[in-house]
Amino acid sequence: MGLLRITSPHAHGPQHTPRVMQKVLLATLPGIVVLTHFFGFGTVVNILWGSVVALLCETLALRLRGRSPGFYLRDCSALVTAFLLGIALPPYAPWWLVAVGIASAILLAKHLYGGLGYNPFNPAMAGYVILLISFPVQMTAWAPPRGAGDIPGLLQALQACFTPDAFDGSTMATPLDLLKQNDSLLLQELWAQSPQFGRWAGIGWEWANLAFLAGGLWLLQQRVFSWHAPLAMLASLSLLAGIFYDGGGSASGGSPLFHLLSGATMLGAFFIVTDPVTSAVSVRGRLIYGAMIGALVYIIRVRGNYPDAVAFAVLIMNFAAPFIDHYTQPRTYGHQRSEGRE
Amino acid sequence: MFELLAQHPLLAAVLTLLLLGAVFGAILGFAAVRFETEGDPIVEQINAILPQTQCGQCGYPGCRPYAEAIANGEAINKCPPGGEAGIQALADLLDVEALPLDAEHGEEQRKAVAFIREDECIGCTKCIQACPVDAILGAAKQMHTVIASECTGCDLCVEPCPVDCIDMLYEQDSLHNWHWPLPDPTSHRVEIIATDRQSAARSSDEAA
Amino acid sequence: MRKISGFHGGIHPAQNKAQSSQTPIVFTGIPPQLVFPLSQHIGSAARPVVSVGQRVLKGQVIAEPVGFVSVPVHASTSGTVRAIEERVIAHPSGHAAPCIVLTSDGADEWVEHSGVADYRSLSPGALLERIRGAGIAGMGGAGFPAAVKLALQPGKKIDTLIINGTECEPYITADDRLMRERAAQVIQGAQILAYLVAPGETLVGVEDDKPESLAALRAAAAGSAIEIVEIPTKYPSGGEKQLVEILTGRQVPSGGLPADIGVICQNVGTAAAVYQAIIHGRPLISRITTVTGAAVRAPGNFDVLLGTPMHFLLERAGWDPGDRQRVIMGGPMMGFTVASLEAPVVKTTNCLLAPTATELPTPPPAQACIRCGMCAQVCPASLLPQQLFWFAQGREFDKLEQHNLFDCIECGACSWVCPSNIPLVQYYRASKAEIVHLRRDSDKAEHSRLRFEARQERLAREEQEKEAKRAARREAAQQRAKQAHEGSGTEEDPIQAAIERARAKQAEAQQGAPDAAQAAIERARQARDDRASEAPRDQARLQLEKAQQRLRVAQAKLAECRQSDAADQVIEALEASIARLTEKVTAAQRQLDAAQEA
Repeated sequence: MGLLRITSPHAHGPQHTPRVMQKVLLATLPGIVVLTHFFGFGTVVNILWGSVVALLCETLALRLRGRSPGFYLRDCSALVTAFLLGIALPPYAPWWLVAVGIASAILLAKHLYGGLGYNPFNPAMAGYVILLISFPVQMTAWAPPRGAGDIPGLLQALQACFTPDAFDGSTMATPLDLLKQNDSLLLQELWAQSPQFGRWAGIGWEWANLAFLAGGLWLLQQRVFSWHAPLAMLASLSLLAGIFYDGGGSASGGSPLFHLLSGATMLGAFFIVTDPVTSAVSVRGRLIYGAMIGALVYIIRVRGNYPDAVAFAVLIMNFAAPFIDHYTQPRTYGHQRSEGRE
Repeated sequence: MFELLAQHPLLAAVLTLLLLGAVFGAILGFAAVRFETEGDPIVEQINAILPQTQCGQCGYPGCRPYAEAIANGEAINKCPPGGEAGIQALADLLDVEALPLDAEHGEEQRKAVAFIREDECIGCTKCIQACPVDAILGAAKQMHTVIASECTGCDLCVEPCPVDCIDMLYEQDSLHNWHWPLPDPTSHRVEIIATDRQSAARSSDEAA
Repeated sequence: MRKISGFHGGIHPAQNKAQSSQTPIVFTGIPPQLVFPLSQHIGSAARPVVSVGQRVLKGQVIAEPVGFVSVPVHASTSGTVRAIEERVIAHPSGHAAPCIVLTSDGADEWVEHSGVADYRSLSPGALLERIRGAGIAGMGGAGFPAAVKLALQPGKKIDTLIINGTECEPYITADDRLMRERAAQVIQGAQILAYLVAPGETLVGVEDDKPESLAALRAAAAGSAIEIVEIPTKYPSGGEKQLVEILTGRQVPSGGLPADIGVICQNVGTAAAVYQAIIHGRPLISRITTVTGAAVRAPGNFDVLLGTPMHFLLERAGWDPGDRQRVIMGGPMMGFTVASLEAPVVKTTNCLLAPTATELPTPPPAQACIRCGMCAQVCPASLLPQQLFWFAQGREFDKLEQHNLFDCIECGACSWVCPSNIPLVQYYRASKAEIVHLRRDSDKAEHSRLRFEARQERLAREEQEKEAKRAARREAAQQRAKQAHEGSGTEEDPIQAAIERARAKQAEAQQGAPDAAQAAIERARQARDDRASEAPRDQARLQLEKAQQRLRVAQAKLAECRQSDAADQVIEALEASIARLTEKVTAAQRQLDAAQEA
């Protein structure tokens, strides 16, 4: 018998980092299913191929940095990056696009800064933005949704990924694109003219967003993250959209509901904004962080040059997170309020 | 004037830059005078970092002389009692590279206190004269003793003692100076494999 | 119903109290040997007042307090003092500390003692003296001498006396059982304390997961001014600062004591001990300890004599030692693993927890901090544990202090929630200790600097004075010479000689080192350089020469001393040193031979 010397506490709570990451992966599934239903197997292929590349890159980086891959791969953070980027990329993206995105995310955005926990920017979003800036054509080619065009099958999706030259898929502007390009039509007319629009937002998009919302709510219920940042983001986005809606005229920025259910709003709110590593930490900090992202998303969507804005908004606020943290330090027990801030 | 400038854009650019330079220079100069901060002179700051053992291992007769020497460009790695931490602090203060401790001047050792075996002391006062901080009490032909709380552990008194009755007592591990060590940061690296193996072996044991 | 405030953060770990709370308190019995550490409390250790071989009685003082923040130690049974020596005590380091070892004789014979049934007949000062004399030190776990806490500073008014019966740590039920079975003692003790500090109100805080305790206390306190307050179960509501906030809504200022805001906090165990000490005159010689965990067959609460070795207590509870066993003194959140089961039960041992490896698994290796912020959400001190971890890892001590590291109460809530299993509390403990060390070092350095400078000044002053004296002497001598010259003109020889001598002396003095320390430094440096530069053989030869030289000097001195009839002591010392030097010479000779052969 040997007595062990271990520092207190000896008990441990239910949360474990690998478990948290696994839950996040699980929570993306409803959204993936909906995306697949409306846009075909492109997203699934993205995710699978991306996961392979991500695991390879992670192993390589860990080996180069002299860490044990067997131990660190277990935290599943590379898979989370692959899932999120795979979802964000247009379906039927060529294999190299996915590979470049994942490699930039894992190697540049994560391991170059010291690995999980040290990265200032959300790896998936950093990878996405690198791709968006480098390959704007491929990155803005979104597939038509079910009902507005043909849906390729699994084989075609694989073909699109690995022999992109032989694949001839059609593409179509997303509802957010249409809204941005619109400068003469009332929203009602725009709705009637374009087949991409559904009941509240784009066909497919609205359901995908609701599915991500469901996954996010489950994570919330599992206490994987707190409600502050997502709610603040959605609230500020809705608020701005509401203020500038102007009843659906030709200069309208779109209704709050349209914004909530378009593009990557829910994915961003529950899977990107809640990334603990790159967000603010304190409760007040998270409220500010989320609200600022919501505002930036609206501004970039309506006034910016790119189709969606979550990635840029998140990266910009990643910069600001340490600053927010510095100014939202809680008051320590037994201290006066003024002492805590300097 | 304006026409001249309009015709010679290069001249205009140079003039603008000069003007800007003059304005900002003036602002900076004003700020430097107006908001001047008075800091400790550098020697005092260096001296505050040195451990004040006054042991002379650096080759200077005391810490302050060494501090003055450092301020004049002497190497910062000649103080064994200050150790690596002291060198790091000096490097940070002076914004120079931290060098490894110069072995020529001795090695970093545990803290020590001089102890006089009092029944052997012959009362020669040589150690009293050698002690840089007056930590030895006694008079001629009287037994001497070290005031332990004042002793810096410099060991300068050991050499002059004609009867060799001074010992340096090194600090021992005890209940009073024990504290939890920082968790080993390298255990993020290699040791993990070892612990992994252990825990794997353990879990397979439990399974069996 | 009293308004209860909350405190920030907190966690809800699995309570695991039912294992040990169901059975009544059992008396453990008298072990064959007991060990009494001289320091079972915060403050200076007690001084033994018994000698080895002496027979002592139960309740007899065997070590008396030293200084104000200290308490005496009593024998917990009758027997013979076997030794006063270093023994392993209950401490995470596993180091030994001075202890009195007692062999019990089984008679359990009490020393003469008497209580005061009507405590109101005693003055507060006398009561305080009795509490201190009974050796009562905080029984909640920290071990702060109760009398020191209760000694009011003049001018400070206490408006609230809090009796802490929260017992928020999982597994521990010692206070629970005490309150259930001895509620009357707790309440009477609280009344004595209330008489002592005269507070505006006296509150007993109990978590709502102990309904039986609450009922028992309410029954016992019926008709008195003491209020029993039920508070929600949350860890660490039993922390002194947290309990003060829950019950009064006020926060203890950082670095301060509850008394600063008019509150005094005592444990229920302390209250019961005060009752025993005042009413029955019995010092603190036993306590209730929970023994629990899956590795014991019969978990429960035990009335243990202080000084009982832990293994004796564990065996009473049916301990079944397993592989990779740990035994924790205290609870699973703040307790520490004991290094040896020979260590005795002391005044602060509220629980011995012997979990199996499946029950409380050893922590897996830490993963990366993902800044999830859960630690900040649960921190009862509203700190930012993840920032503190960052700075502790980088040893940025200034930043740690800026982020109020010293307000950390080491409750372990942050480590408990940490999904990456980072041993946060250990980082904080190590950093705190290191900062304290650094502060001490820098204080000492500052002190040494002042002394060094004072010495330099003194040496300069002495030199100046000497110089002035010399000048005066020279002047006088010249004056005299002049006079003599004028007077006789012939007998100038002796005076001239004197002047010459003075001059020579002066020159010598100026040539000689003005500063002995500097000379010593020079010499030390010389010696070091020599040693470093020379070959081993030369070094050995040098050593031999030096030793021989010293031997010669010592012998000469001895001879001189003998002639001049010096004190025997000096001669003896010289002889001893000669003997040692002779040894040294032989050793050096041997070394030289060896070096030459090589």
